[in-house]
Amino acid sequence: MEAAIGVLMVCPMSLYLEQELDKRFKLFRFWTQPSRQEFLKNHAESIRAVVGNATAGADAELIDALPKLEIVSSFSVGVDKIDLNKCKKKGIRVTNTPDVLTEDVADLAIGLMLAVLRRICECDKYVRKGMWKMGDFKLTTKFSGKTVGIIGLGRIGLAVAKRAEAFDCPISYYSRSKKPNTNYKYHSSVVDLASNCDILVVACALTPETRHIVNREVIDALGPKGVLINVGRGPHVDEPELVSALVEGRLGGAGLDVFEQEPEVPEQLFGLDNVVLLPHVGSGTVETREVMADLVIQNLEAHFLNKPLLTPVV
Amino acid sequence: MATPIQKPSSPRQQLGQIVHLGLSSFLNTHHKEFSSKFQILRPSESKFPLDQFFTAEAQNTQAAICSGGFKLSADILRHLPSLRLIVATTSGLNNIDLSECRKRGISVINAGNIYSADVADLAVGMVIDLMRKISAGNRFVKTGLWPKQGDYLLGSKLGGKQVGIVGLGSIGVEVAKRLEAFGCKISYYSRKKKPCVSYTFYSNIHKLASVSDILVICCALTEQTRHLINREVLLTLGKEGLIVNIARGAIIDEKELVRCLLQREIAGAGLDVFEHEPRVPQELFGLDNVVLSPHFAVYTEGASRHLEEHLIGNLEAFFSNRPLLSPVLDDE
Repeated sequence: MEAAIGVLMVCPMSLYLEQELDKRFKLFRFWTQPSRQEFLKNHAESIRAVVGNATAGADAELIDALPKLEIVSSFSVGVDKIDLNKCKKKGIRVTNTPDVLTEDVADLAIGLMLAVLRRICECDKYVRKGMWKMGDFKLTTKFSGKTVGIIGLGRIGLAVAKRAEAFDCPISYYSRSKKPNTNYKYHSSVVDLASNCDILVVACALTPETRHIVNREVIDALGPKGVLINVGRGPHVDEPELVSALVEGRLGGAGLDVFEQEPEVPEQLFGLDNVVLLPHVGSGTVETREVMADLVIQNLEAHFLNKPLLTPVV
Repeated sequence: MATPIQKPSSPRQQLGQIVHLGLSSFLNTHHKEFSSKFQILRPSESKFPLDQFFTAEAQNTQAAICSGGFKLSADILRHLPSLRLIVATTSGLNNIDLSECRKRGISVINAGNIYSADVADLAVGMVIDLMRKISAGNRFVKTGLWPKQGDYLLGSKLGGKQVGIVGLGSIGVEVAKRLEAFGCKISYYSRKKKPCVSYTFYSNIHKLASVSDILVICCALTEQTRHLINREVLLTLGKEGLIVNIARGAIIDEKELVRCLLQREIAGAGLDVFEHEPRVPQELFGLDNVVLSPHFAVYTEGASRHLEEHLIGNLEAFFSNRPLLSPVLDDE
């Protein structure tokens, strides 16, 4: 391998990944630069790879600023923060980390469903405040047997379905096209899906077509007893509409791991006990982040050795 | 014309007379259905102490509904000489003097499977919460720390983890079925190996603890299982180990559990039950690696419906001399 290939990491994501990149390449940490313009002026010519994640990737501006860019390797499965069309046009390769995080995201989706329906976080808070008196309870909502509606029956959607089935939950889904080889009930519109399920889960990729796929109409269809779970991307949901529906009681509850402007989360949600909020931890396990980091490294090594990429998107 | 005075209907004109032992919000919610079919005596609402109430009102009462938490002792049974059937609202029967019931020829029915799915759901919810820091992460976001402190701590993957189920009864089996779908490997400890079960059996609780990443307590509370999970078992479970208890508080030595959590001898705990409910050890309140709930695993709208069917169905059968819906419990 050539010496000192410049790799630009756009935001902090994994100390382990930084260490491994340091060993093999000349790693630049974008977020530590006092002036990004200065930095790019001085170092752009040496940067041949960008490492991004769900928070920050490679938009048109950055791609244009890096004339020697050959590959963008994302520490995520979602590539919505990368200008894929521009990469295609310029022959820049793009890789992501599919499969290795599928189970963690699906586990979290179910965990959020249980936390919301069974009020696990709310009751934990109640006990810690010393408020428990004998016989004092509020009925919570049974999870087993509830209909789970999945938007996007890809790897993550299927993994959510498999887990929910173990709780005897009937599964229905919306997808761009009906999937062969499943017994799950297909709905040709998200509104239709939302009208016919108890729990709606967002598990599709974020593209211009799926932005705000959960809008006011869908939220209304889901209704005051319905629960929304978002483990996709914040922009999948019209966030102001979601907030007002929850505040006004028009939606039964929500479990959200992602938001439109992370790490900013609408404060009106903080006081709602039927809402569980997480700081984008879908793939956030020690085990999976290490495997994801290894995959980023392997893709970069393969590229610079002129070997086939392991998980190319473009 | 004066309305003829109605004689109050004698207990024998209704289907039957039941005494309700303990407190149950379920019964209050379904009051109409019950009182249309049965005459219900409610000693807990009487000004008189229990023994006086029973002596005055319940000498001919043949059936009782016993709510969880009511200590149905031999002494109480002596005051109910006509009792032939007790229908418990709970699966656990540790509050009922079963040997005295046997001596007196009183049949006891528990809630059977009606709560198993709901209790299993809570157990699994707590496992995921502990592994993925859901309650802790929710607190982190809701206190506005995410923009200030950046990314939260990493959790632990469920797939591939060893789950040890203590007691593979109707609840244990439901917990196992669910966690298998997450890629967990299941083993269990039970009095006897269960036939037709593919999970690995351990006849020794220490052996189970030594191979498990997560212990889920699903067994009944009996003399044999009181403080089954003691300090030794917790230390064997180890510093990365988690424990979830949705059974009865006294199965775990609570003082030792608190000590082990504070000393980080185990990684975390999910507890729906405690030794002296509603008292919860205050030392737990400041810990981010515990999830606490107020013994509410059965309180769902689904379970509430099933309980009504269970109570009314069995009592109707009893008073009509038909076979009971639920099996009468014997010595196992």
